[in-house]
Amino acid sequence: MELYKEKTAIVGIGVVPFSTDIGRTEWYTACQAVKLAVDDAGLDMKRVDGLVKNVDDGPDQMYVQKGLGMDNLTYTAESHWGTSPMMNAITAVASGSVNYAVYYQTAHRASGPEKSISDFRVAREMREDLLDLIRADFYTPFGLIGQPGYVGMTIRRYMHEFNVTPEQMGWVPVVCSENAARNTEAVFFDKSITIQDYINSKVVVDPIRELDCAPKVDGSIAIIVTTLENAKSLRHPPAIIMAATQGTSSEGQFFTSYMRDTITELPEMQFVADELYRVAGIGAKDVKVAQLDDSFAPLVPMQLEALGFCDRGEGAAFCEGGDRIRNGGQLPLNTAGGALGQGRFDSARIVEAVRQVRGTSANQVKDADMVLSVSGAGGPADGLILRRQ
Amino acid sequence: MVEYVKGIPIMRPYIDQDNQAYWDAVKQHKLVLQHCHACDLYLHPPRPMCPSCNAQDTLEWKPSSGKGQIYSFVNFTTDRMAYPAFKLPYAVVLVELEEGVRLTGNTHQIHPDDIYVGMPVEIMFEDMDDDMTLYRFKKRDG
Amino acid sequence: MTVEYNAEQKIPYPALWHVLYRSSTPFWDGVKEDKLLLQKCKSCGSFLNPPRPMCPKCQSMEQEWVPATGKGKLYSWVTYQESPHPAFKAPYSAVLIELEEGVRIVSNMVKVKPEELQIGMPVQVTFEKVAEDLILPKFETMS
Repeated sequence: MELYKEKTAIVGIGVVPFSTDIGRTEWYTACQAVKLAVDDAGLDMKRVDGLVKNVDDGPDQMYVQKGLGMDNLTYTAESHWGTSPMMNAITAVASGSVNYAVYYQTAHRASGPEKSISDFRVAREMREDLLDLIRADFYTPFGLIGQPGYVGMTIRRYMHEFNVTPEQMGWVPVVCSENAARNTEAVFFDKSITIQDYINSKVVVDPIRELDCAPKVDGSIAIIVTTLENAKSLRHPPAIIMAATQGTSSEGQFFTSYMRDTITELPEMQFVADELYRVAGIGAKDVKVAQLDDSFAPLVPMQLEALGFCDRGEGAAFCEGGDRIRNGGQLPLNTAGGALGQGRFDSARIVEAVRQVRGTSANQVKDADMVLSVSGAGGPADGLILRRQ
Repeated sequence: MVEYVKGIPIMRPYIDQDNQAYWDAVKQHKLVLQHCHACDLYLHPPRPMCPSCNAQDTLEWKPSSGKGQIYSFVNFTTDRMAYPAFKLPYAVVLVELEEGVRLTGNTHQIHPDDIYVGMPVEIMFEDMDDDMTLYRFKKRDG
Repeated sequence: MTVEYNAEQKIPYPALWHVLYRSSTPFWDGVKEDKLLLQKCKSCGSFLNPPRPMCPKCQSMEQEWVPATGKGKLYSWVTYQESPHPAFKAPYSAVLIELEEGVRIVSNMVKVKPEELQIGMPVQVTFEKVAEDLILPKFETMS
């Protein structure tokens, strides 16, 4: 049985407007997002019976249940990486454990812990910098500290092996800024940047520039998954989940899988691509819009390669000039402005994928009947393909 | 009644936007309870949304009489389980207020052995230091 | 260029003192005696890096520690224009070295300017006492 093939759909999305200081607690905005999603779906709150979230984001399910007065939840789960809690939600629905699973991601990463119900942010950063023991043992004593440095080591090698210029790397940020400038929900670009702005952007950790790194943001998003049967009685035409999967690979280390034979490809994303296309029964050429993980923009070309949109080593050239990845091009990317324009918030990619399928994106792509969304470049990856009914 | 061991700090309430008004009132020796005026529902502990109608703008703060009855209680008698700032033995009581919500707290001038379920109590306030006020419960005539 | 440290700031020490993580203790014990040791599977002969309790190729839990030649090539590097940690004076580079044994380790170069770094350049290990109780394995260009 193909549990992840055309059994489930996204029927509701709730987005609390992004901000660099949302001015409320995480408990508050978590409740807000779930309420918005339930209303968007046209669902009765009491029928929600599953809640899933990312491990490091708060608040936990009991708070959300208490806040919204939900009845019994028959399924709760937490997953680590990217948008992988979607896999929990889809699995729970497709297996019959629940009828309506809500994935909520609430994290106020920009404004700090004082507005959280507890010190989630400190816990997150402690976890990242100290509790990763391999990192603490073999990287930090040499000053290899922080994600731009981790990613930079991979990107230097990628640019070396495939003769990529810094200018070629700039087109993803440029196109993301163009999309963000047209999206009123995106908080980071009032107007688009030029390739020269990118080249002039401050080098933070050579070869990584400031405009390569997605900024922190306060956000709260909820996404509702249910069966195709249940979806029939709800408000919107469903965004049908054609396929969904996670991918991991051996010798993985967050952004620092330096011990593999080659460090210039993303085997996790390769697994995601192979499985998504197999289950959905489509190929890369059938994808009309893609939401890729641009937490660090220079990792986008490697994703394009892993996902089969171009050959190995050609990802940066594919993006050059921007026309192929703009709306109207061969593969419009990150149409809401990406993490660069909206802030680093993984579930925002799924929301934008749903909007493309519904036809309500700020940068709506014509005939966006099949849309891809992935997370986790440089670590465990996950993804899904949505289609119109 | 609870007495404190000098030199060991009491863990402070975690105050955020959702419960700020509650603790601000306590500071002024007043008890207020969160209330949804649409549902006429008292809520405790304070929260960002009414669990009944899911509205966020119907929440208000209403003064409480501070009177109620002991609903349940525990006596801490050994240091194995107790936080060292409190002198043993001490009781923590769960008080059901007249408004229907339940608060946890300590007692004032009630020996742990004399506490019983249903004992009529009322709130009183105690300034712990410059920027922390807590409350406890004393016996009242039923 | 050699990494310069702020004397009044504590360098982030390796995690080997962490009670939960002992796999790397022999590596850092070797460094104290100016030796670069690598963990090797006794069963299938694979080098294991970073150190770990089990060989991922054959699942053997029997390992030994063998001296590395200390020679290798520069595989990649980054240069910090701003310091992410008060102990390190920017600019400085962190490098990824591919040793002759095939494994890669993160380190710093000594006496090489960032603009002189080139992927593929031959390097060899050297040991630098960076604090009273901390020696780090670093790399210099091979003469």
